[in-house]
Amino acid sequence: MVPLSYYLVLSGFLFACGVTGFLIKRNIITIFMSIELMLNGVNLSFVAFAAHWHSLAGQVFVFFVMVVAAAEAAVGLAIIIAVYRTRETLNVDQVNLLKL
Amino acid sequence: MSVHLILFLAFGAVAVAGGVNLLAQTHPINSALSLIAVMAALAGEYLLLGAEFVAAVQVIVYAGAIMVLFVFTIMLLNTGEEERTKGSHIAILFGIPGMLVASLLVAWVMLRHSGTGAVAAGALPGDPRTIGQLLFHEFLLPFEITSVLILIAIMGAVVLASKPPTAPARKVD
Repeated sequence: MVPLSYYLVLSGFLFACGVTGFLIKRNIITIFMSIELMLNGVNLSFVAFAAHWHSLAGQVFVFFVMVVAAAEAAVGLAIIIAVYRTRETLNVDQVNLLKL
Repeated sequence: MSVHLILFLAFGAVAVAGGVNLLAQTHPINSALSLIAVMAALAGEYLLLGAEFVAAVQVIVYAGAIMVLFVFTIMLLNTGEEERTKGSHIAILFGIPGMLVASLLVAWVMLRHSGTGAVAAGALPGDPRTIGQLLFHEFLLPFEITSVLILIAIMGAVVLASKPPTAPARKVD
Protein backbone atom coordinates (compact mmCIF):
# COMPACT_ATOMS: atom_id res chain seq x y z
CA MET A 1 0.00 0.00 0.00
CA VAL A 2 1.42 3.35 -1.06
CA PRO A 3 -0.24 6.50 0.28
CA LEU A 4 -2.00 8.57 -2.36
CA SER A 5 0.00 11.60 -1.27
CA TYR A 6 3.25 9.99 -2.46
CA TYR A 7 1.88 9.79 -5.99
CA LEU A 8 0.67 13.38 -5.78
CA VAL A 9 4.07 14.58 -4.53
CA LEU A 10 5.81 12.83 -7.44
CA SER A 11 3.28 14.30 -9.84
CA GLY A 12 3.75 17.77 -8.37
CA PHE A 13 7.53 17.51 -8.60
CA LEU A 14 7.38 16.51 -12.27
CA PHE A 15 5.02 19.41 -12.94
CA ALA A 16 7.37 21.81 -11.15
CA CYS A 17 10.28 20.47 -13.23
CA GLY A 18 8.24 21.15 -16.36
CA VAL A 19 7.37 24.71 -15.30
CA THR A 20 11.02 25.43 -14.49
CA GLY A 21 12.21 24.02 -17.79
CA PHE A 22 9.61 26.09 -19.59
CA LEU A 23 10.95 29.22 -17.90
CA ILE A 24 14.71 28.71 -17.92
CA LYS A 25 15.29 26.89 -21.21
CA ARG A 26 16.14 28.89 -24.31
CA ASN A 27 15.73 26.22 -26.99
CA ILE A 28 12.20 26.01 -28.40
CA ILE A 29 12.30 22.21 -28.65
CA THR A 30 13.36 21.84 -25.00
CA ILE A 31 10.58 24.22 -23.98
CA PHE A 32 8.18 21.95 -25.85
CA MET A 33 9.52 18.91 -24.03
CA SER A 34 8.96 20.72 -20.72
CA ILE A 35 5.29 21.05 -21.65
CA GLU A 36 5.17 17.30 -22.28
CA LEU A 37 6.73 16.75 -18.85
CA MET A 38 3.98 18.85 -17.25
CA LEU A 39 1.30 16.83 -19.06
CA ASN A 40 2.92 13.61 -17.84
CA GLY A 41 2.88 14.83 -14.25
CA VAL A 42 -0.82 15.62 -14.54
CA ASN A 43 -1.48 12.18 -16.06
CA LEU A 44 0.10 10.49 -13.06
CA SER A 45 -2.21 12.32 -10.66
CA PHE A 46 -5.20 11.40 -12.88
CA VAL A 47 -4.36 7.70 -12.68
CA ALA A 48 -3.61 7.88 -8.94
CA PHE A 49 -6.95 9.55 -8.25
CA ALA A 50 -8.72 7.03 -10.47
CA ALA A 51 -7.31 4.20 -8.36
CA HIS A 52 -8.09 6.04 -5.16
CA TRP A 53 -11.73 6.83 -5.94
CA HIS A 54 -12.37 3.58 -7.83
CA SER A 55 -13.53 5.41 -10.94
CA LEU A 56 -12.18 4.55 -14.38
CA ALA A 57 -13.07 8.01 -15.69
CA GLY A 58 -9.66 9.22 -14.54
CA GLN A 59 -7.95 6.69 -16.79
CA VAL A 60 -10.11 7.74 -19.74
CA PHE A 61 -9.10 11.37 -19.15
CA VAL A 62 -5.48 10.29 -19.55
CA PHE A 63 -6.25 9.20 -23.11
CA PHE A 64 -7.74 12.60 -23.89
CA VAL A 65 -4.67 14.30 -22.43
CA MET A 66 -2.48 12.08 -24.62
CA VAL A 67 -4.50 12.97 -27.71
CA VAL A 68 -4.17 16.68 -26.96
CA ALA A 69 -0.43 16.19 -26.36
CA ALA A 70 -0.05 14.39 -29.69
CA ALA A 71 -1.95 17.09 -31.58
CA GLU A 72 0.04 19.80 -29.81
CA ALA A 73 3.35 18.09 -30.59
CA ALA A 74 2.50 17.68 -34.27
CA VAL A 75 1.37 21.29 -34.76
CA GLY A 76 4.05 22.72 -32.47
CA LEU A 77 6.91 20.93 -34.19
CA ALA A 78 5.55 22.07 -37.56
CA ILE A 79 5.58 25.64 -36.22
CA ILE A 80 9.16 25.13 -35.00
CA ILE A 81 10.20 23.94 -38.47
CA ALA A 82 8.51 26.98 -40.01
CA VAL A 83 10.26 29.30 -37.53
CA TYR A 84 13.62 27.68 -38.21
CA ARG A 85 13.10 28.03 -41.96
CA THR A 86 12.54 31.78 -41.72
CA ARG A 87 14.95 32.70 -38.90
CA GLU A 88 17.54 29.91 -38.91
CA THR A 89 17.66 29.87 -35.12
CA LEU A 90 15.87 28.00 -32.35
CA ASN A 91 16.83 30.42 -29.57
CA VAL A 92 13.67 32.07 -28.24
CA ASP A 93 15.62 35.18 -27.29
CA GLN A 94 16.15 35.84 -30.99
CA VAL A 95 12.56 35.10 -31.93
CA ASN A 96 10.95 38.15 -30.38
CA LEU A 97 8.97 39.57 -33.30
CA LEU A 98 5.80 38.21 -34.83
CA LYS A 99 6.64 39.71 -38.22
CA LEU A 100 9.64 38.76 -40.23
CA MET B 1 8.36 -1.83 3.62
CA SER B 2 6.27 -3.62 1.07
CA VAL B 3 7.33 -4.60 -2.41
CA HIS B 4 4.80 -2.14 -3.77
CA LEU B 5 6.42 0.76 -1.94
CA ILE B 6 9.91 -0.31 -3.03
CA LEU B 7 8.82 -0.48 -6.67
CA PHE B 8 7.09 2.89 -6.35
CA LEU B 9 10.26 4.45 -4.95
CA ALA B 10 12.45 2.87 -7.64
CA PHE B 11 10.27 4.10 -10.52
CA GLY B 12 9.80 7.45 -8.79
CA ALA B 13 13.57 7.88 -8.42
CA VAL B 14 14.03 7.24 -12.16
CA ALA B 15 11.28 9.75 -12.97
CA VAL B 16 12.73 12.42 -10.67
CA ALA B 17 16.26 11.86 -12.01
CA GLY B 18 14.97 12.14 -15.58
CA GLY B 19 13.06 15.33 -14.81
CA VAL B 20 16.10 16.94 -13.18
CA ASN B 21 18.36 15.75 -15.99
CA LEU B 22 16.02 17.36 -18.54
CA LEU B 23 16.71 20.69 -16.84
CA ALA B 24 20.44 20.11 -16.41
CA GLN B 25 21.31 19.12 -19.97
CA THR B 26 22.06 21.78 -22.54
CA HIS B 27 21.74 19.69 -25.69
CA PRO B 28 18.13 18.98 -26.75
CA ILE B 29 18.83 15.36 -27.67
CA ASN B 30 19.97 14.62 -24.09
CA SER B 31 16.85 16.30 -22.75
CA ALA B 32 14.72 14.19 -25.10
CA LEU B 33 16.36 10.97 -23.92
CA SER B 34 15.83 11.86 -20.27
CA LEU B 35 12.18 12.65 -21.06
CA ILE B 36 11.86 9.15 -22.54
CA ALA B 37 13.27 7.77 -19.26
CA VAL B 38 10.63 9.75 -17.34
CA MET B 39 7.88 8.35 -19.54
CA ALA B 40 9.08 4.76 -19.14
CA ALA B 41 9.23 5.20 -15.37
CA LEU B 42 5.71 6.65 -15.37
CA ALA B 43 4.51 3.62 -17.35
CA GLY B 44 5.86 1.51 -14.48
CA GLU B 45 3.93 3.63 -12.00
CA TYR B 46 0.75 3.13 -14.02
CA LEU B 47 1.31 -0.62 -13.92
CA LEU B 48 1.63 -0.41 -10.14
CA LEU B 49 -1.68 1.43 -10.02
CA GLY B 50 -3.33 -1.30 -12.08
CA ALA B 51 -3.79 0.81 -15.20
CA GLU B 52 -2.36 -1.72 -17.63
CA PHE B 53 -3.85 -0.26 -20.78
CA VAL B 54 -2.76 3.27 -19.88
CA ALA B 55 0.77 1.97 -19.27
CA ALA B 56 0.85 0.27 -22.68
CA VAL B 57 -0.50 3.38 -24.42
CA GLN B 58 2.01 5.52 -22.54
CA VAL B 59 4.89 3.48 -23.95
CA ILE B 60 3.44 3.14 -27.45
CA VAL B 61 2.06 6.65 -28.01
CA TYR B 62 4.15 8.87 -25.75
CA ALA B 63 7.56 7.23 -25.70
CA GLY B 64 7.06 5.65 -29.11
CA ALA B 65 5.32 8.18 -31.32
CA ILE B 66 5.54 11.63 -29.76
CA MET B 67 9.16 11.36 -28.66
CA VAL B 68 10.18 9.93 -32.03
CA LEU B 69 8.62 13.06 -33.54
CA PHE B 70 10.69 15.20 -31.18
CA VAL B 71 13.94 13.35 -31.85
CA PHE B 72 13.22 13.44 -35.57
CA THR B 73 12.78 17.23 -35.45
CA ILE B 74 15.96 17.66 -33.40
CA MET B 75 17.89 15.61 -35.98
CA LEU B 76 16.22 17.39 -38.89
CA LEU B 77 17.05 20.88 -37.64
CA ASN B 78 20.51 19.79 -36.46
CA THR B 79 20.32 21.85 -33.27
CA GLY B 80 23.40 22.46 -31.21
CA GLU B 81 23.97 23.34 -27.59
CA GLU B 82 21.65 26.02 -26.34
CA GLU B 83 23.15 29.43 -25.83
CA ARG B 84 22.86 30.99 -22.41
CA THR B 85 22.12 34.71 -22.34
CA LYS B 86 21.93 37.17 -19.47
CA GLY B 87 18.18 36.72 -19.23
CA SER B 88 18.46 32.95 -18.95
CA HIS B 89 21.01 33.25 -16.14
CA ILE B 90 18.57 35.43 -14.21
CA ALA B 91 15.81 32.91 -14.96
CA ILE B 92 18.00 30.09 -13.59
CA LEU B 93 18.85 32.17 -10.53
CA PHE B 94 15.17 32.62 -9.67
CA GLY B 95 13.68 29.54 -11.34
CA ILE B 96 15.57 26.74 -9.57
CA PRO B 97 14.92 28.03 -6.01
CA GLY B 98 11.33 28.77 -7.03
CA MET B 99 10.88 25.19 -8.21
CA LEU B 100 12.39 23.80 -5.02
CA VAL B 101 10.19 25.98 -2.82
CA ALA B 102 7.07 25.07 -4.81
CA SER B 103 7.89 21.33 -4.69
CA LEU B 104 8.59 21.39 -0.97
CA LEU B 105 5.38 23.33 -0.32
CA VAL B 106 3.32 20.87 -2.37
CA ALA B 107 5.01 17.92 -0.66
CA TRP B 108 4.45 19.38 2.79
CA VAL B 109 0.77 20.12 2.15
CA MET B 110 0.13 16.73 0.57
CA LEU B 111 1.91 14.69 3.21
CA ARG B 112 0.37 16.61 6.06
CA HIS B 113 -3.23 17.19 5.02
CA SER B 114 -4.11 14.34 2.70
CA GLY B 115 -5.24 11.92 5.42
CA THR B 116 -4.44 8.25 5.39
CA GLY B 117 -5.73 7.29 1.95
CA ALA B 118 -3.60 4.55 0.48
CA VAL B 119 -3.63 2.97 -2.96
CA ALA B 120 -3.15 -0.78 -3.20
CA ALA B 121 -1.26 -2.37 -6.06
CA GLY B 122 -3.66 -3.08 -8.92
CA ALA B 123 -6.51 -1.40 -7.03
CA LEU B 124 -8.49 -0.65 -10.17
CA PRO B 125 -8.04 -3.02 -13.12
CA GLY B 126 -8.02 -0.82 -16.20
CA ASP B 127 -8.11 -3.53 -18.86
CA PRO B 128 -8.86 -2.60 -22.49
CA ARG B 129 -12.39 -4.05 -22.42
CA THR B 130 -13.58 -1.89 -19.52
CA ILE B 131 -11.80 1.21 -20.81
CA GLY B 132 -13.24 0.69 -24.27
CA GLN B 133 -16.78 0.26 -22.99
CA LEU B 134 -16.44 3.47 -20.99
CA LEU B 135 -14.87 5.31 -23.92
CA PHE B 136 -17.52 4.29 -26.44
CA HIS B 137 -20.57 4.76 -24.21
CA GLU B 138 -20.10 7.40 -21.56
CA PHE B 139 -17.38 9.42 -23.30
CA LEU B 140 -18.57 8.97 -26.88
CA LEU B 141 -19.03 12.69 -27.63
CA PRO B 142 -15.58 13.75 -26.34
CA PHE B 143 -14.12 10.82 -28.28
CA GLU B 144 -15.69 12.01 -31.54
CA ILE B 145 -14.62 15.61 -30.89
CA THR B 146 -11.11 14.26 -30.34
CA SER B 147 -11.11 12.75 -33.82
CA VAL B 148 -11.94 16.17 -35.28
CA LEU B 149 -9.11 17.69 -33.22
CA ILE B 150 -6.65 15.13 -34.59
CA LEU B 151 -7.84 15.81 -38.15
CA ILE B 152 -7.33 19.55 -37.67
CA ALA B 153 -3.88 18.91 -36.18
CA ILE B 154 -2.87 16.75 -39.16
CA MET B 155 -3.97 19.40 -41.63
CA GLY B 156 -2.34 22.16 -39.60
CA ALA B 157 0.96 20.30 -39.41
CA VAL B 158 0.97 19.67 -43.16
CA VAL B 159 0.14 23.29 -43.96
CA LEU B 160 2.67 24.74 -41.51
CA ALA B 161 5.57 22.45 -42.30
CA SER B 162 5.20 22.48 -46.08
CA LYS B 163 7.18 25.06 -48.01
CA PRO B 164 5.36 28.28 -48.88
CA PRO B 165 4.50 28.15 -52.61
CA THR B 166 5.47 31.75 -53.35
CA ALA B 167 8.90 31.68 -51.73
CA PRO B 168 11.80 30.93 -54.07
CA ALA B 169 13.56 27.66 -53.51
CA ARG B 170 16.71 28.09 -51.46
CA LYS B 171 19.95 26.99 -52.99
CA VAL B 172 21.81 24.15 -51.38
CA ASP B 173 25.24 25.21 -50.27
